[in-house]
Parts: sequence; structure tokens; C-alpha cells
Amino acid sequence: MKIPLAYNLRNLLVRKTTTLMTGLGIGLTVAVLLAVLALVDGLRLALAASGDPQHVLVLRKGSDSELVSNFTRQMFLEMRSHPLIARDLRGQPRASLEMVSVVILERAGSSEGINVTLRGLTPVGIEMREGLRLLSGRWFEPGKREVVVGASIARRFPEAGLGSRIHLGKADWEVVGVMDAGRGIHNSEIFADLNLLSADNNRVEVLSSALVEAVDDESVPALIESLNQDRRLNVDAIREKDYYASQTSSGAPVQYIGTMVAIIMAIGSSFAAMNTMYAAVARRTREIATLRVLGFGRSSVLTSFLVESVALSLAGGLLGLLLVLPLNGVSTGIGNFVTFSEIAFQFHIGWRTALTGLALAACVGVAGGLLPAWMASRKEILTALRET
Amino acid sequence: MFHFTLILKNTLRNRRRTILTVLSIGASLSLLGVLMAIYKAFYLAEAPPEQALRLIVRNRISLAVPLPVSYMNQIRQIPGVREVMISQWFNGVYKDNRDPRNFFARFAVEPEKLFVVRGEISIPEDQKRAFLAERTACIVGRPLAERLGFRLGDRITLKGDIFPVDLELTVRGFYEAPINSEALYFHQKYLEEGLPAGRQGQVGTFVVLAENPELVPAIAAAVDEMFRNSTAQTRTESEQAFSLSFLAFLGNVKAFLFSIFAAVTFTMLLVAANTMAMSVRERVKEVGVLKTLGFTSGEVRGILLGEALAISLAGGLLGCLLASGACAVIRMGPAVFQQIRMLSLGPSAAAATVALAVLIGLISAWIPATAAARIPVVESIRHTG
Repeated sequence: MKIPLAYNLRNLLVRKTTTLMTGLGIGLTVAVLLAVLALVDGLRLALAASGDPQHVLVLRKGSDSELVSNFTRQMFLEMRSHPLIARDLRGQPRASLEMVSVVILERAGSSEGINVTLRGLTPVGIEMREGLRLLSGRWFEPGKREVVVGASIARRFPEAGLGSRIHLGKADWEVVGVMDAGRGIHNSEIFADLNLLSADNNRVEVLSSALVEAVDDESVPALIESLNQDRRLNVDAIREKDYYASQTSSGAPVQYIGTMVAIIMAIGSSFAAMNTMYAAVARRTREIATLRVLGFGRSSVLTSFLVESVALSLAGGLLGLLLVLPLNGVSTGIGNFVTFSEIAFQFHIGWRTALTGLALAACVGVAGGLLPAWMASRKEILTALRET
Repeated sequence: MFHFTLILKNTLRNRRRTILTVLSIGASLSLLGVLMAIYKAFYLAEAPPEQALRLIVRNRISLAVPLPVSYMNQIRQIPGVREVMISQWFNGVYKDNRDPRNFFARFAVEPEKLFVVRGEISIPEDQKRAFLAERTACIVGRPLAERLGFRLGDRITLKGDIFPVDLELTVRGFYEAPINSEALYFHQKYLEEGLPAGRQGQVGTFVVLAENPELVPAIAAAVDEMFRNSTAQTRTESEQAFSLSFLAFLGNVKAFLFSIFAAVTFTMLLVAANTMAMSVRERVKEVGVLKTLGFTSGEVRGILLGEALAISLAGGLLGCLLASGACAVIRMGPAVFQQIRMLSLGPSAAAATVALAVLIGLISAWIPATAAARIPVVESIRHTG
């Protein structure tokens, strides 16, 4: 026979101070875990939203990031007319030669700045990124010292807003537009004219990468295979999507430390929950005996106390979720060890994250409730009834 | 006056609860202990004497942008500068870069200056000579060499990525050093030879050795001022600050540490307060008896506070023990940052941990103890708990 759940819930409500303190303790534990997971998930989403499934990124062989790749103009010219590369209406290949470097944007009056990816490209590169649109202003004109900045850069750096001038390397460049890449990574980048930028950097022949579009989805693997096999070209081709997905590892240190912290806190919270449950069992010794006299079996008592502990912890978990919820959508940045610059993204609390948090709470509840519940179920009826 | 025996007896009365509370507080405090140790290692540690003399000069824009090699002679003219050495981060690929164990620091340096600028490096004299004599020679830190199984005379291929050149190096020596002991150093000239003309004459960083530590800030300012109006502006920092700038890159580490710190402390406070409230609630009747026996309200409160203090102190000691164990484990792990190698709880962080425990004990017990001490005798004796 099952002891009704209401019995447990009312008991929790009667001891509201203890319930609240224990629940809040568990809630904070869950909150720490959720905050970390929301950060990593937000980063993953930003990177997952970057790139196009039909695009292939080509780097010099042996390079694992655009920043360290020395992709030459010669390589580009040789691969540009590959039959599997799509062509636009004018018959031109959908292939974009690009140069990637890192610049530091400094806040006025402060020595601390953030590293930002500066990408030099030609109009075809912008055309190929179909998810990209202008929020305000216009695209830069080839041959002019003009840049377009990502939306999150414009937001975080008023100094780099529309109409202002920013100093990049040798000269001042005018910000003529702000672009929006949805959740994608180009929000944290600055786009400028390839030829002017490479001339400024003395890198006219040695650039960074090429982005090419396959004729259709099915031919992407064939294109990659064919570019990788070409010994004369000496390049590594990889799906653009995969390139960005691999950068999720930048969140690994935070995820590792945060998860460890949450686990240790969960162990601490389990002990606290155990304390609370032992006290509950001790106070209700006669009540337990009465339940047994009424015909509830040992297993019902065990289940009942375990359920009570889990209910308490889940309430705590929900509280933790509520505490973290305001974080959802808040912008933050993290250093990307692949691009050596900062990626801006938003905390994201999805179903999976929320359920992980509640699962942790339930674990704390089971760990904390099992022994006290076992003790409750082992009580001898006669001795227990006599207790005061 | 302090009724130690009574406090001890009270603490041991409900052993299970005391133990659970001590464990709970101990777990949280060990976490705080480790956080404090990390904070101390990164932000409060004094640079070791050999490091305190060094500065790193890099391009103001970013590490990815080089400086002209001609800066070296100009920097050497600055008063207080003893030596300037080219130090080039050669990223490259050793074997298969998908295995993170194959990643280690590889620097192209000027060998004859290396042992002056990094004076803490110790290496057998014959190995040093062999390294200096051969253009394709390299030396490897002993812990790194042991990890990768290098032996003297081994040939290593590093495939270039930042630099369009593949290097064939021969291991000619193993060095030992208190810091940065997991790097490979090779001849910068050898790298320079393999580069196309357009990439020659460029340097990633200069390491500057100062005459004495007091001159370091002045030299940093002088270098940056010297190149303020050049095309490639510089950023000069002490070597310690330079390595911290990588940490800052991970995001707002301080805010991250502080928010975890706050959450853990608050959780601990809740646990301790809950325990004390429970044990006081059980004992209202007893408080009445104590008072009839002549104990004053102040003494009763003192006894209850003492109990909380005893429990949280035990938790604090357990926390320190666990934290120093955790520090030892972290020290042995992969050292992304040099500072991790020197992570230890140390007396100051241990003292802070115990002090925090005392504070938690007092705060958590204050309200229940005061309330219990205030209940009139008659009422408390009538109380049925």
C-alpha cells in the first residue's frame, strides 16, 4: 500500500524553515551547474549557427586554424576553377580568398582591450554568406579604408559604432556598416577589403584561407576528397560547419571547472539533505509506527521518505532553475583558442540543460534520503510507539 | 568559564548529525580552499626571482602580428637593459596534432643568449656545447622529454603551420628549470633560413633581461614610448603579466571565481544554520534546566555558539586537508598555465579557510542561540520538543 504524496508534501510545509534552507542549498548547487552548462551551450549554439553545410573551408596543409594557415594566392588560383565548385549567375566560381588576422580593440582610457578577428575578403565572400545581412549602413567599397563590424562588436564597443573611425594596424578605417549574422560567429568579426588589408600587412601573396561552395550538398565530400588528395595544392579542406564545431572546445576549461565545482557542492548538499531527513525521521518516530500499525509496510515507509527527500531536492532544483533563468539570453564573451580572439554569444538554458540540473537535484535527494528512509523503515513498531 | 566539557558533550550527543555537518562544511570549504589557492597562485604570487627580471615585448595589436627584428638593437640601447633575445613561438605540428599530448611549447631562440636571459636553466655542460654548436640542435625540458620518451640524438620533425617550413631537429640536451620546464628550444637562425624572403626579419616576441627588478616598469614604459609612432607599436609587460594576459583571455576569471565563492559560502551558511537550528530546537527544555541551575543567558548562548564553532572548526580542518590534497592532484595534471605547477594551499589560504569556518559557525548559530537563551525558564521547561 502506498502512503499518499500529500503526507510528504504537508510534512515539508510544516517544517518550512528547514525545508527552505535545505532546498535553497540544493538550489544554489543546481544554479552553479546550470550557469556553466548555459554558458557552454550558448557557445555551442553560436558555433553551430556558423557556417553553411554546402561550404568548404580550405587551409594550408597541417594548419588547424585560419589564423596560422598560410594559404597562398597561387593555391587559390589553382583550385578556383575546380569542377565541383559552384558558379554564380555570371559564371564566376563561388570561391572567396580571405585573410584573417587578430586586432585589439581598446576601450578609450583603458589599457584592456579585446581581441577581435579581422577578416579581409572580396564581395564574393559576402555574397556567399547568405545568412549575413546588414543591420545599418552599407558594405565596404573595395579599395577604400572602410570596414563593416559585427553586431555584437558594435554593441559592446561604442567606439566601433557606425560612422566612427577605428585604428587597425597602419591606418584609420571608417566603420560604414553593422552586420548581423544571427547567432553566428561573424557577429564578433570585422570585415574589410582583402586587397587593401593584405597590402597593409605585407601579405599580398600569403593569405589565410579560401571558402568555396560545392555545386550541391551531395558533392561536398567529393570536393573535399579531391582537394585533399591534390598533392600539388598541398591543402586541408574541411566542412565549414565542422571547422566551427571543433572550436566548441574553447568552452572546455570552464565546463570542466564548473562541473567539478557543482559535483563537490552536490556532495556537500547531499550531507545537508541527509541531516534534514534524519531529523525528520527522528521527529516522526511515533508517526512512522502509527503508519505501520495502520497497515503500511516497511517498503511503503521507505518509499515515502525517499519520495519526500526527492521532492525536497526537486523543489530546491526548481528554485535553482528560477535563480539562473534571468541569465538566459545575456550576452557574454569567451576567448577562442583557435582564432585567438573573442567570441560573443548568449547564455542559453534549453530543456536539456534544465533537465540536467533537475537530475542533479534528484540525485542529491536520493543520496541524502536513502539512509534515513532505510532507518525509518527498520524501526520496530512497539519501541517506536513508546518513544516520546 | 567556557564550559569546554559541556560543549564537547553536546557536540558528540548527536554524532551522526555532527559528522554529516562536518562533512558537508568540509566539502564546501575544500572547494573554497582550492579556489583561494588558485586565486593566490595567479594573482597574488610574487614572480620568482629569475622571472622578475624579464619582460616580454610583443606587437601591440596581437601576438599574431610580428615585430621587425631591427627593434632588438634599439631596445638594447635603453638604460637598464642587460640583454635582448628573440623568442619566436613556433606553433607547428609534432606527429599527430589530434592527440593533445603531442602539443608542447616550441620556441625559436638565440641559443647563446638563452642561458643568460633564462639564467635559471640548468643543463650539463657537454649538452649545452652540443646544442650551441649545431644549427639543427634543440634542447627539451626533462619532464617533457620523459613524457614523450625523447632520447639524446633523437630526430624530431616539426611541421610548420604559422611558418611555411618543416623543421628537422636533433635532440642534443635535456634541461631543468623551476618554471617553463616543458618547452623545446631551437636555433632561431635555422627557422629564419627556411623562410621565404617576405617572411624573414620578423619576430614574434623579444625577451628583455633587466639589470635589476626595480627597473622593469621603467623599461616597459621606455620600450613602448620608443615605438609609439612606429608602424608596429609594442606592448611590453613583465613576463608574469604577460602570462596572466592569457588567463584573462579565458574570460572574466575573477568574476567566475567570485561568483562560485559566493554561492558556495552561502550554501555552507545555510547548512550550518539549519543544523544549529535543529539542535537548538531539540534542546529548549534543557536550556530551561541549565538556567534553573544558575547558568546566565549569556553563558547559555556561549555554550550554543561554542558548539557551532566546534563543528565548523572541524569542518574547516577537514576542508583544509581535502583542499591540500586536491591541490596536489591538480599540480600533477596538465599544466596549461605555469602557475598551476606551483598550486598549493599554503598557510595564508589555509588560515583564510579556517577563519571563514569560524565566521560561518558564529553567524549560523547567532540567531538560534540568542533566541534560545532568551526564552523564559518556565516556558522552556514546559516546552515539549
